Amino acid sequence: MIVADLSYRELEHRLAGPGIRLRTGPVVSRIQSRLPAVVRGISLHYAEYPTEEDESFADFHVRVGRPRNVRRWLQPQAHFFVDGNLPFAPLPLDQAFPMLEWGLNWCVSAHCHQYLIFHGAVVEKSGRALILPAPPGSGKSTLCAGLVNRGWRLLSDELTLIDIASCSVVPLARPVSLKNASIDVIRAFAPGAAIGPAVHDTAKGSVAHMRAPSDSVRRGMETARPGWIVLPRYQAGVAAELTPLSKARGLMQMADNAFNYSAHGRRGFEFLVRFVDQCGCYEFAYGDLEEAGAVFDQLAARA
Amino acid sequence: MSATPALLVTAALQRPQELVAYTLRQWEDLVHQARRANVLSRIAQSLGELRLLTRVPPAPRAHLEAALVMAQAQTEAVEREVAFLRKALAAIDVDLVLLKGAAYLIAGLPAARGRVFSDVDILVPFAKLAEVEAALMLHGWTTTHQNAYDQRYYRQWMHELPPLRHNVRMTVLDVHHAILPLTARLKPDSTKLFAASRPIGDKGRLRVLCPADMVLHSATHLFHNDDLSQGLRDLADLDSLLRHFGSERGFWEDLPRRAAELDLARPLYYGLRYASRYMGTPVPSDTRRRADVGRPPRIAVRLMDALYDRALRPVAPSDAGSLTPLSRHALYVRAHWLRMPPLLLAWHLGVKALRREEVTAQ
Repeated sequence: MIVADLSYRELEHRLAGPGIRLRTGPVVSRIQSRLPAVVRGISLHYAEYPTEEDESFADFHVRVGRPRNVRRWLQPQAHFFVDGNLPFAPLPLDQAFPMLEWGLNWCVSAHCHQYLIFHGAVVEKSGRALILPAPPGSGKSTLCAGLVNRGWRLLSDELTLIDIASCSVVPLARPVSLKNASIDVIRAFAPGAAIGPAVHDTAKGSVAHMRAPSDSVRRGMETARPGWIVLPRYQAGVAAELTPLSKARGLMQMADNAFNYSAHGRRGFEFLVRFVDQCGCYEFAYGDLEEAGAVFDQLAARA
Repeated sequence: MSATPALLVTAALQRPQELVAYTLRQWEDLVHQARRANVLSRIAQSLGELRLLTRVPPAPRAHLEAALVMAQAQTEAVEREVAFLRKALAAIDVDLVLLKGAAYLIAGLPAARGRVFSDVDILVPFAKLAEVEAALMLHGWTTTHQNAYDQRYYRQWMHELPPLRHNVRMTVLDVHHAILPLTARLKPDSTKLFAASRPIGDKGRLRVLCPADMVLHSATHLFHNDDLSQGLRDLADLDSLLRHFGSERGFWEDLPRRAAELDLARPLYYGLRYASRYMGTPVPSDTRRRADVGRPPRIAVRLMDALYDRALRPVAPSDAGSLTPLSRHALYVRAHWLRMPPLLLAWHLGVKALRREEVTAQ
């Protein structure tokens, strides 16, 4: 079953009641919410995602709701609950859907230590993963959104999950979070992309989510082999340029953007050395998405 | 004794071999509850030792493996910290008694296996406190509470320095000079604890409390702690210590005697009561009888039973509005009540309340 098998009324009803058990890659989250913005967001972004039966195993129980105090009338807020806990401070009510997205990311990065987890977007072509490890503001989400609208498969725009045993990148395809100017850039670049309403004045500025392409959702369990590690840097007006990077620096970039690398200790280090060895490592400056797409197509064709 | 509340987590801790028969939905509840109570890694460890991990369905097994990764990382971090501590304090003439998790780990006790660690706790003689603090500061530890009131709270009334944090590794160290606050009603004498403490193998001046004292400290910690969210983990520690030391000759006879000597008869009574109530810890009837001297009036026991039954129960999202948060709050107030005389407590809670408003106003 997929989310779209439910009518909007049924979805609303389920979310207000027992919740839906939504599968995103290896993770099943039971989601509950009565907030209209969350129902709309799930209906738009997760329509094609599989839902699991009630008897299945849900990794996390999450709920976005309103706190029960006077603030609900003065300055309405949204709370994110996971397994009954509140890991974050509440946010203004209109940020309820972005909050669900951030919360779902947090669930994975704070708990799924069976993987090595890196902060970075990851896309795939011909079975090989292109990892864009980067701090916020480097343009990785924009580049990721651009590439998935030009034939690359989305694995994740935020969390790169690497399975140590199989040395593969595990997909967690969810909506791509676009910030500020990127929202209009992607609207112009990919007029067919489904982009939700922008929410303003969040901690990250204005945020809008782009629906993951159908193919990425359908192939949500298909892992990818190590391919490339590329550090993107957006700079207005520059020509796209890919510069080789030493493996050692590639490794350090991954380590700098890791969530739980240190928890894996020596085994994590030794594994990451082997992993990076199998990847091409580059720095990438770009000013135009179309041009960037062409560079990465060439890179993939050369492999 | 009233019926033991059926808790998924305590059943799993006691009889991990039964978990292989669990349905996926039972696993879901167990993983979520054990994760909240910080004992998932201990359950995973037991399953691993029984070679049953591979018989757990893949979805819950992933969580068990993730918990083991974290527990292993914390174990290594505590081992490193203890080595750094020895180095930092090598130059001064002081015996260092490790407490709680770090003690279980370095002494090689089963209570450390699969345990989650948060910080390192040590006990040093009061007379050496200033010297120890200075040496630690020289090696990169700094105080976490800059506020003058907090400094006074710790230094004048508590049994420990304000927590120290290492400025590079960001690890937290609690330096105690007693196991209960100076203001608490019970007054276990630290010099007795030091006198009975034991060296650990070849670890120089590192020591641990003797078995009876270690158990009494664990019981005291559980029943004077204001944070019951770690209650099940603490209870699992106590259970493991009692089972381990219970096979040593003279341990069960020594325990109530030592409790009387240290003014800890009440915590021992509650410790034994709740370890056997929740964890099925076997306690010889003779020891139980002798520990009864610490028993409070019947009504107080009833009330405590009710509070602990509630507080140790995990708050499922479906339980919103249940009594569990209220029970935890009642036990928080009780913990403070035990730690300070009434007037001082009123003053302390007043300062904290005013400060909260200050923070909110900002």
